[in-house]
Amino acid sequence: MRAALIAGLIALLLSVSAAAVIETYQFDTPEQEARYHQLAAELRCPKCQNQNIADSNAPIAQDLREQLHRQLQRGASDDEIKDFMVARYGEFVLYRPRFGGDTLLLWLAPAVLLLLALIVLWRVVISQRNADNRADSGLSEEEQARLDALVAEEERSA
Amino acid sequence: MPARLKLFLPLVVFFGLALLLFRGLQLDPRELPSALIDQPFPAFSLPSLASGETLNVEALRGEVALYNIWATWCYTCRVEHPYLLKLAQQGVPIYGVNYKDEPEAARRWLAELGDPYRDNIVDQKGTLGLDLGVTGAPETYLVDKRGVIRYRHVGEVNERVWKGTLEPLYDELLREDS
Repeated sequence: MRAALIAGLIALLLSVSAAAVIETYQFDTPEQEARYHQLAAELRCPKCQNQNIADSNAPIAQDLREQLHRQLQRGASDDEIKDFMVARYGEFVLYRPRFGGDTLLLWLAPAVLLLLALIVLWRVVISQRNADNRADSGLSEEEQARLDALVAEEERSA
Repeated sequence: MPARLKLFLPLVVFFGLALLLFRGLQLDPRELPSALIDQPFPAFSLPSLASGETLNVEALRGEVALYNIWATWCYTCRVEHPYLLKLAQQGVPIYGVNYKDEPEAARRWLAELGDPYRDNIVDQKGTLGLDLGVTGAPETYLVDKRGVIRYRHVGEVNERVWKGTLEPLYDELLREDS
């Protein structure tokens, strides 16, 4: 009983602190509300740079949430809303940057670096293996040739 | 010999990386390029602070000018204000965008501290600010004769910013044909 009461109080406290940042908006459908939350989480606050607009209580983030809500009510698609934000605040505003243009380097760099690393690794392994082979006999090419010749002669005379 | 040189490769890579990261340390991540550079100043239809008449983007076009985003709640704007007065005295056209502010408080501020602005656009709801990609006050936009935004400065305009960045650009735009 007491545990339940404490849990209830904690839940109440948490809900109060959450409501302090986020205003309440009315949505036409639950689906629209889900899109609101998803987009608010993906759009970056231009002022407080390491927060999305859902988490930030900077005035600019409030404005952008209001704008987001208005656009959703108007029936804008996700892409239209993102275009609207990018036109004003640049690619920076998207936490998940789009592929192409300025962000090409950002998207391709990991793949290119991985490829480079694999090439280096492959070359190291190859050269290591060659070195191992040589180390096994301990002979130079010339000596190896002489040894082969000697063995062949031995076999013929036997 | 080339094999010998190869041994220095990690060192070279290290210094390259160190240089890159050191440079990164000195960059201000808040200094973002505006998405509106080389874009026309966004259309608006908002009242003038002084006359109450409706202003629009066409009416203000035709000369190189500064557009200064300010508000009475913005402390840095107060610091910036005397320098704007000085620029206005030198003949630099400055338009104000009174951003998310009370017009009455803004009028009082100008009466008290002096008015460097040709005119002020009352953007009480911050709609023009949103179209401009404003992240806060003060911000200053340099607009050319054709009404195209050429530069944005985030933060206070002072002697250093004007002499170092804005004035050379401003002079260059003055020489451009309209």
